[in-house]
Amino acid sequence: MSGTVSLLNDTLQKHEEDLLREWTALQAKSSGRPPSATEEKHLQAQCREFLGGLRQAAQQGDDISKPAWAGIRDLLTQLSGSRARAGSTPVDTAMFIFSLKEPLFTRMRQEDGDARALADAIWKATLLLDRLGLFTTEVFQKTREEVIARQQQELLELSTPVVRLWDNVLALPLIGTLDSARTQVVMQNLLDAIVQTRSDIAVIDITGVPTVDTLVAQHLLKTVAAARLMGADCIISGIRPQIAQTIIHLGVNLEDVTTKATLADAFAVALKRTGFAVTRIKNGAGNANSER
Amino acid sequence: MERIPILKMGGFLLVTIQVDMHDRLALTLQDDLTEQIVKWHAHGVLIDISALEMVDSFIGRMLSNIANMARLLDAETVVVGMQPSVAITLVELGLPMKGIRTALDVEKGMQTLRVSLGLNGYTQDADGSTEI
Repeated sequence: MSGTVSLLNDTLQKHEEDLLREWTALQAKSSGRPPSATEEKHLQAQCREFLGGLRQAAQQGDDISKPAWAGIRDLLTQLSGSRARAGSTPVDTAMFIFSLKEPLFTRMRQEDGDARALADAIWKATLLLDRLGLFTTEVFQKTREEVIARQQQELLELSTPVVRLWDNVLALPLIGTLDSARTQVVMQNLLDAIVQTRSDIAVIDITGVPTVDTLVAQHLLKTVAAARLMGADCIISGIRPQIAQTIIHLGVNLEDVTTKATLADAFAVALKRTGFAVTRIKNGAGNANSER
Repeated sequence: MERIPILKMGGFLLVTIQVDMHDRLALTLQDDLTEQIVKWHAHGVLIDISALEMVDSFIGRMLSNIANMARLLDAETVVVGMQPSVAITLVELGLPMKGIRTALDVEKGMQTLRVSLGLNGYTQDADGSTEI
């Protein structure tokens, strides 16, 4: 085994510059478009660092979970992480490693030695590079998952604003599907806002909710019940014709809740209940100055 | 023994729960409140639970029961100042306390009581100030 690894080491040591040149050329070709000068320089630096690290680490054996490979692992983590964020495909990222095979094996074949030892050495090198390639894919996947998790979190924070419509009247425009996690955030935000502003009425507008199934309806009813317990009334507005049909077909009971077709209707009800009325100022029609 | 004070204000009884409710305390309150309602011929009860941070299913049911008992004795009951976390817990426990009046704070609770008993409620002037 030490013999086969040493053949890999010898090759890496002797032909480092040639390998580097051929490898980068191959990668530039496989990317499908001529790289810019800075990209080429950057890629070359990465390849050089990888080859240097590989040469040193390969002397310590070929188990890539060993501490000797920590440098290589860091390098690959960084590389595939940055590629995942930049939006490349996992294939591109893995090909960074796999494209080293062709120049490396060509060079190994040129070394003296018997055919059996060469086959052995190439097999070992293949295994090693495959493992490194899979490692990049794994890191790639992990980075992507982190990106998705972060976006979900941001969406959650962005998508549940509570706005004040009038004295003691709050509005909660909901955008996107309501799942359990979001309902929790929505409920918490709404109830906190009710306490802060001492509002009597909250309008939950579901114009931006694409579908209402039994689960979503249940979540809505829970929010309404919690607000009622605190002493605030809820009005659900923005029910589109299809959603009204779905709610009835599903047999969801929204009878205890005031529902309105549009936010404007709900606002009118809210004003009426709080004892306000909107009137047109006399002679004000069409006069821009009198709008306020 | 620890008791929750019941204050008489005109025709109303005011109960403020300032300590953590435990089961014994809730049962004592139930006894005391029903007795006081009958004793003073109270027509309205205001239960302030703004200091209550935690509820379990028993306390939730006791609150609901106490309010319903008061109503049986012809006293309108308003539960005021429920914390968001308490409201969420009660809903998740499946105790939406149907048929119980709620209000945001004592002031609004009083107004609700006055209006529902046909007394002069607070009137809100055009400038937003309130007077009795």
